[in-house]
Amino acid sequence: MRELLELLEQDARRPVSELAPILKKSEYEVEQDIKKLEKDKVILAYNTLIDWEKFGDDHVTAMIEVNLTPEREVGFDAIAERIYRFDEVRTVYLMSGSFDLMVIIEGKSLREVANFVAKRLSTIDGVTATRSHFMLKPYKKDGVIIHDEERDRRLVVSP
Amino acid sequence: MAETSIDWNERLSTSVRSIAPSGIRKFFDIAAKMEDVISLGVGEPDFVTPWPIRESCIYGLEQGYTSYTANRGLIELRQEIANMYAREYDLHYAPDTDILVTVGVSEAMDLAMRALLEPGDEVLIPEPCYVSYAACTTLAGGVPVAVPAKLENEFRITAAELEQYVTPKTKVLLIGYPNNPTGAIMTRQDFEQIADFAEQHDLIVISDEIYGALTYGDEPHACFAAMPRMQERTVLLNGFSKAYAMTGWRIGYAMGNPAIIAAMTKIHQYTMLCAPVTAQVGAIEALRHGEKARLKMLHEYDRRRRLIYDGLTKLGLTCFEPKGAFYIFPDITSSGYTSDEFAEQLLQTEHVALVPGTAFGACGEGHVRCSYATSIDKISEALTRIEHFLKHHKK
Repeated sequence: MRELLELLEQDARRPVSELAPILKKSEYEVEQDIKKLEKDKVILAYNTLIDWEKFGDDHVTAMIEVNLTPEREVGFDAIAERIYRFDEVRTVYLMSGSFDLMVIIEGKSLREVANFVAKRLSTIDGVTATRSHFMLKPYKKDGVIIHDEERDRRLVVSP
Repeated sequence: MAETSIDWNERLSTSVRSIAPSGIRKFFDIAAKMEDVISLGVGEPDFVTPWPIRESCIYGLEQGYTSYTANRGLIELRQEIANMYAREYDLHYAPDTDILVTVGVSEAMDLAMRALLEPGDEVLIPEPCYVSYAACTTLAGGVPVAVPAKLENEFRITAAELEQYVTPKTKVLLIGYPNNPTGAIMTRQDFEQIADFAEQHDLIVISDEIYGALTYGDEPHACFAAMPRMQERTVLLNGFSKAYAMTGWRIGYAMGNPAIIAAMTKIHQYTMLCAPVTAQVGAIEALRHGEKARLKMLHEYDRRRRLIYDGLTKLGLTCFEPKGAFYIFPDITSSGYTSDEFAEQLLQTEHVALVPGTAFGACGEGHVRCSYATSIDKISEALTRIEHFLKHHKK
């Protein structure tokens, strides 16, 4: 199963006809394995990594350090949920260290993101402080180097 | 250059004239003119050298590692090589006397041949094998004696086959497993009879184990020098090109008895002086911290191996499941073509490059070498194209 997950993590679009021989299983078996992993929510989603900037869209990405006052019984979870339910919020991590949540927000403009932080995020009960950092340039995302200049420089045929 | 009155061909040495240029050139020239070639013809990893190794070399350059090193190579590197063999195979080589760092296994091979051979000495070479074995033998004044290995035996060589070719003039047995081009390996059990054969005929064994770190399945790599009593009669050659994707760095090594290593060092010091220092720095990093990257690449080759073996078998091309290196060597006789025709037709019509088996010895006829050191996507596409070729262009 690990092998199957690694292969799909590399490329979610791999056809079962390609996965089966690599895994030395039948196509039917691989299909069943994938279904089970999806059902068990081991596989959460199949996303596509897109260079929106190259496509021509201007996006603003901000990383916001959020400090919280934990609540009795539920700790940080309930506040985290109130935050991650917003569509603008792409990613939320509970962190160790000098702040509690790392919230990554994407918006169309600086104003939109600033508005979200000022009006939505910082007004949530339990949020005691926020510090926003705007992303200037991505170099690598989810293991993919954005502008990778490395290419196959080998001779076409060699002994 | 302008024409001269000198006939240079006439001035060339007999030994150089007697060796044929590599049969691969033709395919290279055709493929170079095409844009959408998928190449299964490359004898090197598709990975770039792992970043930590490259980064350590950059640091080395910044620190001023730009001078000659000891002829035998940096002592730290020789020590790491010795450590690795002690750890992996319980084989003990003294860094001071038993190890020579060379410019790839290619140089080590040449040095070993020149250090060992007298004119007329015969070298037993199981074929199919790497393209340089016979040429190195000839250039050193020896006589290469090809011993054909068989598909039905998964291209492993047997003592009985070697016996048919051994003569009183035989001095060296040259073996290369895991094998380029067949992907064959020799198990310890297979090597037992080869060890007995070498002992019986008192042969020196040169063992090219450049693909030793690339074996698949449950059978670990069998190091010939680690066979009982074989360390003393073996010149063991290895390097960093394949395991750590460092082909262009040109860095390898030879290990063996102090006398042969001293003799090889003598030639090396007058012809090469030392291996490039930056490559030596990279090699140290590879041995100290390269294991994780090596295993990651190995794992990736293994996936491709299973895919291409399955694919070629389903196309009706007989092959055995390769256990080492990154090659598969299917039988293409069912297509009606010779190896050379098959490779050329496939390249011309489907733009898939591979290497005819005959490039690796006459007994490679009827086979082609496919390298799976290329991405899964490309292997899949190549298999589709080969399928199309077999359907529409069969002779």
